[in-house]
Amino acid sequence: MADESKLPPKPESSQPESSGAPSAPPPAAKSASAPPAPPAAKPAPPAPKPPVSLQVPLDNELVRRYRARFGAAILDAIEDRKQHYLVIDSAQLSEIARYSRDEEKFDLLEDFTAVDWPRREKRFDLIAILYSFPHNIRLRLKIPVAANEHPSSLMDVWPTANWLEREIFDMFGIEFAGHPGLKRILLPDEWQGHPLRKDYDILQQDTAWVRENLGIESGQ
Amino acid sequence: MADTVQDNATQQNGTLLGADELVLNMGPQHPSTHGVLRVKLKLDGERVRGTECVIGYLHRGVEKIAENRSYQQFAPYVDRMDYVAAVSNGLGYCEAVEKLLNVEAPPRAKVIRTILTELQRIASHLIWLGTHALDIGALTPLFYCFREREEILKIFEKYCGARLTTHAFRIGGLQYESYDSFEKDVERFCKDFERHIQEYVDLLTGNSIWIGRTRNVGVLNAADCIAIGASGPILRASGVKWDLRKAQPYAAYDQYKFEIPTGTNGDTYDRYMVRMEEMRQSRLICLQAIENIPEGPILGKVGKVLKPPAGEIYHSIEAPKGILGYYIVSDGGTQPYRVRIRPPSFVNLQALDKMTRGHLVADVVAIIGTLDIVLGEVDR
Repeated sequence: MADESKLPPKPESSQPESSGAPSAPPPAAKSASAPPAPPAAKPAPPAPKPPVSLQVPLDNELVRRYRARFGAAILDAIEDRKQHYLVIDSAQLSEIARYSRDEEKFDLLEDFTAVDWPRREKRFDLIAILYSFPHNIRLRLKIPVAANEHPSSLMDVWPTANWLEREIFDMFGIEFAGHPGLKRILLPDEWQGHPLRKDYDILQQDTAWVRENLGIESGQ
Repeated sequence: MADTVQDNATQQNGTLLGADELVLNMGPQHPSTHGVLRVKLKLDGERVRGTECVIGYLHRGVEKIAENRSYQQFAPYVDRMDYVAAVSNGLGYCEAVEKLLNVEAPPRAKVIRTILTELQRIASHLIWLGTHALDIGALTPLFYCFREREEILKIFEKYCGARLTTHAFRIGGLQYESYDSFEKDVERFCKDFERHIQEYVDLLTGNSIWIGRTRNVGVLNAADCIAIGASGPILRASGVKWDLRKAQPYAAYDQYKFEIPTGTNGDTYDRYMVRMEEMRQSRLICLQAIENIPEGPILGKVGKVLKPPAGEIYHSIEAPKGILGYYIVSDGGTQPYRVRIRPPSFVNLQALDKMTRGHLVADVVAIIGTLDIVLGEVDR
């Protein structure tokens, strides 16, 4: 849980997240003494040191349990700004998901989304954000998938994945194996292209669709 | 045609008139769908056998826009998702970027943020109550609710000049100091509001029509809520005592005492009771907060150009409608590499199918109302 030594800008008041821990202690007490400290006390603009990586390897009980169970399928475990994530192999996605829900009690799939890294060999990262009600902790699963890969749907583990996967399909064009009704959700069914891919320009649109259905030249 | 009717009549023993399933289209332009929600209802007589939501009419590509704006430039856009709770959206976004930058807002900013966010929760719940009651046929509460909401919007207007899309917060704290009579205005509102809540209670809580229309309608138990991802008052009404403000406190919530109201049946009536109690609790939080607003700066040290170190952050808050999450990826540049917004309404709306099955068409209206969706947020 520790290892925040590398966070550059602010050494003090370093506990905003860590579940339940009361952050921002007693502002009441500070109120009298003029400009209270937090930001003021910061040592003059810290010389920019970009090479410092905030992503540090993570090794705690939870990660060890995952590693013991799934071995090489847990590709990496990272802590970034006190939040934890596991990079996992897409081939074992549904087993790991099921284990997370049943054994580790991550009963809520808070969000499921994707990020496009077009220059990478495995182009997309699927991001599953899990929350555990009994333990009050979050864990992210990061699943690299290739453009032509069909990761298995999480719907039978967390039914909430239904629309979330449809949105990923809509925006990124990732097809989930085993999803019963995988079709676009926010864009029209016949729309061509997947807007949240990095090679889809912000002004780009399906001009043919716009012309045909809206009777205008451009929706811009 | 006659044949099928007869066939059905014989198949469905007990029912006199079997009929083919009928698909009825509701919306997108229907006053009780709260915007541009379109629902395809599969009906058997007047019983709903299944629903399919067609959404996206308000899709503006907010997440794509985020990738093409600087961190500060994107802040006003989030106000336009859940446009009846713009302040809450702003709070979530600003706190997420602050975490990404590893800065923290000063205590004074946190307290003022908390006050405004709780007022916004009341305003959002008032819109829900007014329109929900209107959908079910009670006209009066709407006028009462908008009367009180107006007072809140006036406070927002005095504070930042805007009523709806407020852009009240800045990354790192606040842009504006609170105005002179801020505490007094909030206090006056809160003092009056107690009496006003009682007025809604008098109109609805014991009203037999209201009870008839809401009790045992759209029941969702705790396990289903969690499986479907429904959060906020919907989850609490099913008996789960869980609120992000308590579970993982943000802003200044750890300093105040408040209760998490819960229901037992998870029906529309319980959700009504939970939201009513949440308004009372928000009022108490505001009263506690104005007691002691710490002095000091309102904006932490953040640069003019924000370049968060490469990495990612997920931060979520308890918005009036449920878990509102921001997942932001930075590549070290001045624009976010990816912003994902986890909208509570979008996920909650998934529950509609389960909640409406077996109910009458008129109940669908009540259930859409009780889900408290805002299409600006569903479609983004």
